Amino acid sequence: MNSPVPVPAPTTSAALPAWFTTRQQAAWSRYLAIPTPKRGDEMWRFSNIKQLDFTGFSRSTGVPPVREDGPTSLSPHETTGILPVVPDRQDAYPPADLIARSSGLEDTAAKLIFVNETLVHSQSSLPAGVLCLSLAEALVSHSALVEAHFMKQETRLGSAKFAALHEASVANGMFVHVPDDVEIAHPIEIHHWLAGSNTVIFPHTLVVTGRHAKVRVVEMFRSAGDLQPGLAITFNDLAAGPGSRLDYVAIQAFNEVSRVIQINETSAARDATTTGFVLNTGAAWARNESLSRLEGPGARSDMLSVSIAAHAQEYDQRTFQHHVSPGAFSDLLYKNLLYDFAGTIFSGLISVDEGAHHTDAYQTCRNLLMSDTCEANSMPGLEINADQVKCSHGSTSSQISEEEIFYLRARGIDSAAARQLIARGFSIEVLARLGDEPLESLVIGFMDAKFASIAKANN
Amino acid sequence: MSYQPSATLDAETHDAISVDRSKGDFTFPERNKLDAGRGLTDKTVDYICDVKNDPPWLREFRHKALKVFLEKPLPTHWASKDLENINFDEIRYYLSDGEKPKRSWDDVPDDIKRTFDRLGIPQQERAFLAGVEAQYDSEAAYSNVKEELTKQGVIFVNSTEGLHQHEEVFRPWFGKVIPTSDNKFSALNSAVFSGGSFIYIPKGVKLKQPLQAYFRINSENFGQFERTLIIADEGAELMYMEGCTAPKFETATLHSAVVELVALKGAKIQYVTVQNWSSNVFNLVTKRGLAMEDAEVRWIDCNIGSRLTIKYPGVIMKGRRARGEVISIALANTGQHQDTGAKMIHAADETTSNIVSKSISVGKGRATYRGQVHIPKHLKGCKNNTECDALLINTNSRTDTYPAITVKGNRHSTQHEASVSQVSEDMLFYLMQRGLNQGQAMSLAVNGFINDLVREFPMEYSVELKRLIDLEMEGSVG
Repeated sequence: MNSPVPVPAPTTSAALPAWFTTRQQAAWSRYLAIPTPKRGDEMWRFSNIKQLDFTGFSRSTGVPPVREDGPTSLSPHETTGILPVVPDRQDAYPPADLIARSSGLEDTAAKLIFVNETLVHSQSSLPAGVLCLSLAEALVSHSALVEAHFMKQETRLGSAKFAALHEASVANGMFVHVPDDVEIAHPIEIHHWLAGSNTVIFPHTLVVTGRHAKVRVVEMFRSAGDLQPGLAITFNDLAAGPGSRLDYVAIQAFNEVSRVIQINETSAARDATTTGFVLNTGAAWARNESLSRLEGPGARSDMLSVSIAAHAQEYDQRTFQHHVSPGAFSDLLYKNLLYDFAGTIFSGLISVDEGAHHTDAYQTCRNLLMSDTCEANSMPGLEINADQVKCSHGSTSSQISEEEIFYLRARGIDSAAARQLIARGFSIEVLARLGDEPLESLVIGFMDAKFASIAKANN
Repeated sequence: MSYQPSATLDAETHDAISVDRSKGDFTFPERNKLDAGRGLTDKTVDYICDVKNDPPWLREFRHKALKVFLEKPLPTHWASKDLENINFDEIRYYLSDGEKPKRSWDDVPDDIKRTFDRLGIPQQERAFLAGVEAQYDSEAAYSNVKEELTKQGVIFVNSTEGLHQHEEVFRPWFGKVIPTSDNKFSALNSAVFSGGSFIYIPKGVKLKQPLQAYFRINSENFGQFERTLIIADEGAELMYMEGCTAPKFETATLHSAVVELVALKGAKIQYVTVQNWSSNVFNLVTKRGLAMEDAEVRWIDCNIGSRLTIKYPGVIMKGRRARGEVISIALANTGQHQDTGAKMIHAADETTSNIVSKSISVGKGRATYRGQVHIPKHLKGCKNNTECDALLINTNSRTDTYPAITVKGNRHSTQHEASVSQVSEDMLFYLMQRGLNQGQAMSLAVNGFINDLVREFPMEYSVELKRLIDLEMEGSVG
């Protein structure tokens, strides 16, 4: 099973810059050369390797033409020729419906909607100089800028093969570039819809901030229907320039028959502050790899996640806090709620390079077990090669204590509601770290939908 | 028995780990009858079986183990690549007593002698530790202990004697806690083991005095491939101590022991190890205890010596309310890698385990904590607590922590915490202001760091441990 995704080598177009096609070809050979992870690989310890068999998935051949009465849309494929426009499996989900379903924040600086990697809607009120466009366009119009930041880091958390597949196959996604000293007040909101049965998508998000710039990007990943299995191999590449602030929020709410590999790579330059937040409520199996590289003194990275796993869902999260520079700070807080037969894996590593003195690095994973049959695995790790460091990690797994339930029941709340209340409170602690109320409400909305579906299934 | 370390080592590491071999040189008499030769083949195993007069089942067991050993790859996908520097063909796997290296006191390197002085080791023990005498003559002290033990029905013999004279007790548990195929080095031990202790404590017997390996006479105490099996019958209690704080001047470069403990209902076993092999030794040890209902197994483990130690004492809690505990101190100086930790396998309801690990990295030393806590499905009310703290002394010291915690199901609770820190400038300043030099201040701080664990060791060990830490800290700062 050397190539679990039987997609043919992606065909590239003459419209694309030469560096990009070269990178894609190189990535394709790398993908073929790297062996598929197998049992016993330390990076895949406890993982369900069977989930990596992607036989039967294929690229969507396009989206149906946008209707006359639909909202404004862009069709990048017409300019780049990456994707032929052939309506097929998504017939049941016309883009207009999906655009209508793409509700999010009230105040946004820009809102973009993708259906199977095709941009179908875009509106923005961004300050001049800010670039916020589909990757397909950016590759043509801002080739040099994209090249300077596109997939610069080495994937070291186990998914090198899938990162290579992503690089070889990526056709679209987002490119956001905020120039020096520009601060964007409201978030940029991006919706990704996965439509049709056995469709694979490779959305890529590249966000670059200049000196003292500020931006917040919120991405939502959803399936058009509840029953069609999909596969998303997504990559987000975040590069925070000196003194800048870059916040990234990913909400993964695919249907429960889909699978996801989500790779995040963040670099923080001197005095930059980055926050990465991932919410997992969807997918049958999701693998998140998150790497923060602290490249300058005063850099700060907050890595946050809430995962609510129910039924037979499996979430496999691997993180890496890489302190290259002295005097940087990183703090990780991952919380998992486990219902039914769900399973979670958390494997985190704080790695302090030689010479990265005066590092402050923290890592906490908390698992709340809500059933007798769930399984939580934690592997918090430290690798310290420097002195004058403050590092700690903590991991706990426990259930709600009877006393807490009793306390709430004594106040007239039934035990099911009490458990949900505590579970909600447990997760909200992480959200509060985002410090943005409208965004918190948006995330809570997704969480509550999940709690409702769990409550419904259990009644 | 030694071999040239690989040329891949840099000069500094080489200096740090090498001992002055010219002083300790010795020769093996060429007597084929007693020499298993170098390297490991079926013939070596047969040779050992013949010399030790093993019963047929054991011969078969050893041959099977050899096969497993040869089949299993080195665990370098997670463990140190330094393992690749072991040349298994250059090692002598069995030396009978007649061939024990002979060495005179004058041959013992000066630094070892100095350490003995500083630790206040009695002259007689020094000779034994330095390998000048084949065994420590403790007849007087031992005979009293022995008499009392015999009266209580305690069996305390070496493993060969155990399997020959007490097969009915020995065999049912032998290789049951640690199966041959557990890992490459347990398989190696199973194929070539000799020496080690066999202890059986009858029902309800609670030993007041700890048992020590070097009380036993005519034994191959600190063998290369020792095999220890301790069985505490229902309600029995004992403390067993192996090793000592004094450096053991060792010319064998591979030490791979297997220790199995069985605590039946309500029994308590405490196993204390102080390892201070010389810094050319690969110390690859498998230790595991089985705790039945209401039983308790405690590993108290201290690793100071060796070039590379890989050791994760474990407890399988098989009976309700069983308890497992690992208390571990590791000190890694330049050229050393202490890869230690603990394994806690919960296999019954309401079992509890506790791991407390403290490590100190000095110079270019590397200390690693690796742990596994496993709570499977269908159990309830299991608890685990893990704490690991690391102290870094110098700028190029290194420490790693790799725990793995699996919790399935409900009503369990686990917590894991780890921290890494260094001795603060303020603390050193405060102490130096009161007239201590930097080295003394550092040792005081380090002793404070591990103080709560050192107290778990028997009195004489903890005193020696403190002195030893003073010694290791010397010259580490400034």
